[in-house]
Amino acid sequence: MSDFTSDFWSYYVAVITVVSIVACAVLLWTMSSRRVPGHQVGTMGHVWDENLEEYNNPLPNWWRWLFYITIVFGLTYLVLYPGLGKFAGTYKWTSTGQYEAEQARAAERYGPLFAKFAAMDIAAVAADPKAREIGQRLFLNYCAQCHASDARGSRGFPNLADKDWLYGGDPATIRATIVNGRNGIMPPFGPVLGDEGVKDAAHYVLSLSGLTHDGLLAAKGKALFAANCVACHGADGKGNAALGAPNLTDEVWLYGGGETTISETIRAGRNNKMPAWGEFLGDAKSHLLAAYVWSLSNAR
Amino acid sequence: MESSAGARPIAQSEPVEQALYEIRRKIYPRAVTGKFAVWRWIFVWGTQLVFYGLPWLSWNDRQAVLFDLVHRKFYIFGLVLWPQDIVYLAVLLIISAYSLFLFTAVAGRLWCGFACPQTVYTEIFMWIEKVIEGDRLKRMKLDQSPLSARKIRLKAAKHGVWIALGLWTGFTFVGYFTPIQELGRSVLSLGTGPWETFWMLFYGFATYGNAGWMREQVCKYMCPYARFQSVMFDQDTLVITYDRERGEPRGARAGSIDYKAKGLGDCVDCGICVQVCPTGIDIRQGLQYECIGCAACIDGCNQVMDKMGYPKGLIRYATENALQKHFTPAQTLKRVFRPRVLVYTAVLWAIILAAAVTLYQRLPVKVDVIRDRITSSRDADDEKVENVYRLQIMNTSEVPRRFLISVSGIEGMEIKDEGHAVEIGPASSRMIPVRIEADREHVHKGANPIVFTIQTVGEGDPIMITEKASFVVQ
Repeated sequence: MSDFTSDFWSYYVAVITVVSIVACAVLLWTMSSRRVPGHQVGTMGHVWDENLEEYNNPLPNWWRWLFYITIVFGLTYLVLYPGLGKFAGTYKWTSTGQYEAEQARAAERYGPLFAKFAAMDIAAVAADPKAREIGQRLFLNYCAQCHASDARGSRGFPNLADKDWLYGGDPATIRATIVNGRNGIMPPFGPVLGDEGVKDAAHYVLSLSGLTHDGLLAAKGKALFAANCVACHGADGKGNAALGAPNLTDEVWLYGGGETTISETIRAGRNNKMPAWGEFLGDAKSHLLAAYVWSLSNAR
Repeated sequence: MESSAGARPIAQSEPVEQALYEIRRKIYPRAVTGKFAVWRWIFVWGTQLVFYGLPWLSWNDRQAVLFDLVHRKFYIFGLVLWPQDIVYLAVLLIISAYSLFLFTAVAGRLWCGFACPQTVYTEIFMWIEKVIEGDRLKRMKLDQSPLSARKIRLKAAKHGVWIALGLWTGFTFVGYFTPIQELGRSVLSLGTGPWETFWMLFYGFATYGNAGWMREQVCKYMCPYARFQSVMFDQDTLVITYDRERGEPRGARAGSIDYKAKGLGDCVDCGICVQVCPTGIDIRQGLQYECIGCAACIDGCNQVMDKMGYPKGLIRYATENALQKHFTPAQTLKRVFRPRVLVYTAVLWAIILAAAVTLYQRLPVKVDVIRDRITSSRDADDEKVENVYRLQIMNTSEVPRRFLISVSGIEGMEIKDEGHAVEIGPASSRMIPVRIEADREHVHKGANPIVFTIQTVGEGDPIMITEKASFVVQ
């Protein structure tokens, strides 16, 4: 790779470019007139369709001037813009510079609007139809890939339109979730509990929501639950929002509520990640998004 | 070098310095009046009234014709075209191309001679030139005369008017893309944007350069159409032709003598046909690629024939067959309706009709259905399955509309939440998330075909659009 980053290639490209342009100019200059005996126009000796001949007629003069103009244009361009090897051009143009300038222009244009909403309370923002429209567009762009277009989530991705929250549904927490992300970890208990133990624990969890279960297994599972699960899910199984440990008694399931799925969750654990959006979206957009998400479960 | 054997050297010539680039011979076309000149002026007025006037018309409190590139909407009176309507541009180009084929097959370069902007602006610029500098001879004399105050004054006046007209043309052109009244105000306050300024100057100087300076060179060297249209000619195409049989041998003669007895033809060799020609050719040498079919030589020759008391039409629209086989005008006309022309006409009308019908039936609402891909299906509860869609509803009309979304295809399916009634503002679009629930017993695993129906409610013409989609069950 060092071959491609050494200065040699920069000079190599620059020299070839300049020499080619100068050679074109010289060629054009020297070929503008020539000494010929007489001045009759000859044909190129090609004949098509019986009598269609190609004459070696001179090009119009303005055509030659266009050629010179392109040479001047090319040289001017190479002085102003990057193109000659590593030479950055006197204009110092870069694609990142252009991108940043466009970003700055957009920020200048939309900044006041975002600033207005950023200064408002989240509940007040959520009450503003225009803010909700912006929030919905942001949601469809950045969040709907996981949480679905209607914000009701899907397997493994929480429903944001109901009253059930893993980490809490007050405006500040929603905003913190968006800005900092979340990493929910359920450790695998298969090795600890063994196949039997996993099944027993699963039946106990089913019983917490009042679902069909085997009472005998659930009773065995209750002890296992007390020994292994209460640290996060609480003695009553109602979860812990500080840890993001789900409530197991409300029949809301992130991965599905059948015996098979619950056993799988206990055996292999779960690792769920919500990325941190704060740096990417910035304060104002995070604020608008938080207001939109909050508005979904707090009807107007 | 063997390849130069084709050149025919002049005997004992000294080597001379030969320019490899042709220096343009300036052409001084003489002004002409007559039937075809009138037609050309009708086209000049017609096309330019439309071009310069259209941007100033209003429609529904906006510019009637505006191509709003920034917001990607083309307004043409009551019609608002969105990027999705790009097919109409293709249709327009096809119609233009077929019209060109048809007209060329019937009567040669009608477009070039009468309607092409290059011809039209050259005609206007030549008229200005004639008013300021005088006709052909006066112009030639002026150009040869040494520099004088009068010469400078005339030249400055001519170029001043030309540049002013060019700039106005550039301003009008940009006025199709930026509201022209605002543009006018920003021009007056010197506050036009960089691209507006560039395009006004570019288009303005292109007009000035092409119609004032380049003229026939555009047709001879730049225009691709000039070169490929000869393939659309056949022996029955009406082209501007000199009747060699009747005209030759040409020669000057006194008006009183019996020229036929002296063996002369009708051509008095006055050279008017050459003088009026905007491309500087001699039509008596036969059809040439430089001929743009403007028929100025017909007008010029007919005037001379009138003066001489000869019948008109020594130079006229005639076909190769008509001249060779001495057709009567009726016979020539009959040949116009040959298969080639009939096929072009039929295809052209078919496309025009199809375009008109689709434009007439075009609904001012567009709908795209996009199924959420994050999950194929979602279990609502034990009996119900959910799918989520995004409906992009575009209201291309200029009034706000309310829409009712409904769905069919599966027994008992329904749209949840309030996602089924939406209002969309004028000429805007909205993305509507829609959640649909269906009974498990009525769907099968895989894709179940469903149909979205979007209809307007409230005032105005009822509009209904259906869009197919799939309801997926895992």
